[in-house]
Amino acid sequence: MIRDITIGQFYPADSILHRLDPRVKFIGTFLFLISLFVADSFWGYALATVFLAVAIGFSKVPVKFMLKGLKPLFIILLITVLFNLFLIPGEVLWSAGFLKITREGIVQAVKIGIRLIYLVIGSSIMTLTTMPNQLTDGMEKILAPLNKIKVPVHEISMMMSIALRFIPILMEETDKIMKAQIARGADFESGNIIQRAKSMVPLLVPLFISAFRRADDLAMAMEARCYHGGDNRTQMKPLIYHRRDYMAYVICVLYLGADIALRVFL
Amino acid sequence: MGIIKARNVKYDYIKYNDSGQPLERYRAVDDVNLDISEGQFISILGHNGSGKSTLAKHINALLVPTEGTLWIDGMDTKSVEKLWEIRERAGMVFQNPDNQIIGTVVEEDVGFGPENMGIPTDEIWKRVDKSLEAVGMTPFRHRSPNKLSGGQKQRVAIAGVMAMHPKCIVLDEPTAMLDPNGRKEVLQAVHELNRKEGITVVLITHYMEEVIDSDKVFVMDHGHVVMQGTPREIFSRLEELKTYRLDVPQVTLLAHELRQEGLFLPEGILTIKELVDALCHCD
Amino acid sequence: MSLRLEHVTYTYSPGSVYETHALKDVSLEIPAGQFLGVIGHTGSGKSTLIQHFNGLMRPTAGTVYYKEEDIWQEGYSLKRLRSRVGLVFQYPEHQLFEADVLSDVCFGPKNQGCSKEEAEERAIRALQQTGLKEKYYKSSPFELSGGQKRRVAIAGILAMEPEVLILDEPTAGLDPKGRDEILDQIAWLHAERNITVILVSHSMEDIARYVDRILVMNKGEKAFDGKPEEVFSHYRELEEIGLAAPQITYIMQALRKAGIPADTSAITVEEAKESILKALGRIKHD
Repeated sequence: MIRDITIGQFYPADSILHRLDPRVKFIGTFLFLISLFVADSFWGYALATVFLAVAIGFSKVPVKFMLKGLKPLFIILLITVLFNLFLIPGEVLWSAGFLKITREGIVQAVKIGIRLIYLVIGSSIMTLTTMPNQLTDGMEKILAPLNKIKVPVHEISMMMSIALRFIPILMEETDKIMKAQIARGADFESGNIIQRAKSMVPLLVPLFISAFRRADDLAMAMEARCYHGGDNRTQMKPLIYHRRDYMAYVICVLYLGADIALRVFL
Repeated sequence: MGIIKARNVKYDYIKYNDSGQPLERYRAVDDVNLDISEGQFISILGHNGSGKSTLAKHINALLVPTEGTLWIDGMDTKSVEKLWEIRERAGMVFQNPDNQIIGTVVEEDVGFGPENMGIPTDEIWKRVDKSLEAVGMTPFRHRSPNKLSGGQKQRVAIAGVMAMHPKCIVLDEPTAMLDPNGRKEVLQAVHELNRKEGITVVLITHYMEEVIDSDKVFVMDHGHVVMQGTPREIFSRLEELKTYRLDVPQVTLLAHELRQEGLFLPEGILTIKELVDALCHCD
Repeated sequence: MSLRLEHVTYTYSPGSVYETHALKDVSLEIPAGQFLGVIGHTGSGKSTLIQHFNGLMRPTAGTVYYKEEDIWQEGYSLKRLRSRVGLVFQYPEHQLFEADVLSDVCFGPKNQGCSKEEAEERAIRALQQTGLKEKYYKSSPFELSGGQKRRVAIAGILAMEPEVLILDEPTAGLDPKGRDEILDQIAWLHAERNITVILVSHSMEDIARYVDRILVMNKGEKAFDGKPEEVFSHYRELEEIGLAAPQITYIMQALRKAGIPADTSAITVEEAKESILKALGRIKHD
């Protein structure tokens, strides 16, 4: 089940979006998210739709693959939409018992639905076209000014990229431990909450011990390869802006500008 | 002076109680002397818990001797200011392939060491290209390490050390978690580095077949170096090896048994060809 | 018949681009009391195969029978099956979790519904059968050596008193002496408790002298299945699929080529010695 989630997954392809600097995609996504909350009219949403469609087109990621990422969020989406549909007061269009649907409710539900879906798709375009390690590199660079106020930006980004590398390994390990304990008659599925929590002990203890062991090994391996923090470190793939990156910035800013203009003048 | 020189090296693991007082001492390495010259292929054999891995960690200055001195390329591993230089000079590959790869992409992992050393970007790329080529992993350079086999992961780890341009590389049971094919791959890569690049290799293992092509073998037990010599010399002392929880390849064992039965065979036969030749000429 | 597989196929991610067959139409019978070795390199399907034996994996197609009962039929208790068919995984670290060895071994019997006393009784018996010294019973399993951990892991399954014992690479990472000790212990268990043993390995040398039968897996299919000497006689085909016969097989073949009539079906050093002495004796008399 966990494997079905495509948010945060990388889709290997060779597109203009894949080649963009991760910082551009990061900031671009941020601007897009802002635009979703600025947009409040039909034209605002239309503009966002066009922008998103163009981005998807340029990303060369199949739309089907992207929509698959929405699946695990379906329930959250549904609940949010229903809440808005039934709980917004206004001009009643239909009612049954305590349930009533208002015109304002419908409008709000549609807006919220679109916002959420666009939000997820927008951010997944970023993760689908950017390798996780580039993303952490990009964040390290964007957040670098925070170093001045003693935020350990390099360390945080190193931790994130190590986590990215070890999450699949630990997931696989969880699977193996579960099987080993099931073979010993462990039951992870039945019983009430307390019994279930207790039954997790034979899973969690080996998992934690293994994770600590790995951390220990990894720390030693990093030291052996002369890792001593971010000082005097060079980069194999330094982030350098190209012309396409500046162009992308311009497009994103123009888009947000247009979006704000629509909100203000329409 | 050799590239690795140890004089009376001793190392104690100390167990502390909750309030930080030393509780128990355990001597893992006891009075070890080594002198390894550049370009050699050295193997250190020993059963689990014989102290061989503890000794290995000394060569990379991950551990420093409790007593005695160890020099890498003339530098005392106890000198703090030389620490990074020592680690550049003597690279290390560990047992678990998963727990030593840092990068999420093969080529980036290989570049990790040079990045830490502050090598300029262009030069890092050159080194990465060359190291990947040397271990035959160029076709996998854009892959995620998680998608590789154990043997391939170890080759990436070796390339990662190679890119630091060490004079010497220590491999701490690099094949213990691999299947026979992976073991072959890794050994081949290591031998090639030794032959082509002239890098000094220290291979730590308990697989006897892996040490046959070494220049010199050290056998460890209870922290001591208890045997040293060429593979042939070591393997001809079969009874002694057994007392150290080790065995010999089947061909050596068979030759030994046949000798006991009165056949006239030389001691320390290492290959099938040697045995067949000897048997053809023994009557 | 203890275990029987009929046309078992297991497919990962069926219907997608990643579709891979981990097992392809495998049919197999394992009689009670047999000592079977399963060999194959990583990805050959051997791990998938053994997980079908105790119902940890469900075949995509085909049927698994234990004592002639379909284990996936409605109402069949997989939990009971797993206490009959015990599976010890490769890494003991994946199952050890209790504060001391004895409690850890009690985990299985307790899950079976044994009382505390009965569980402990069984655990002690199981630990004795694995040859772990009594002084370790109250130690933390995490402080033991690799070989000792493995014994505790095996005891954890034995305490459930299975009729079939499956061991996945029980010697991985052990030194030569540790490896021999564990294998000897398993052979002793097989003889002493008269249980069916299935030993998974990638080393022919290791298992050649213990097993009655070898099953070689390759790309999810049975490549060879027979007595060790039969299987090793296919040493060239074994090499083609990335495996190798024990060194002894190669020695005997080389001797034969050199004109010494050695018995090529020898699989242990002892047998090889006898055969060479005999062969050389005959040459002398000619």
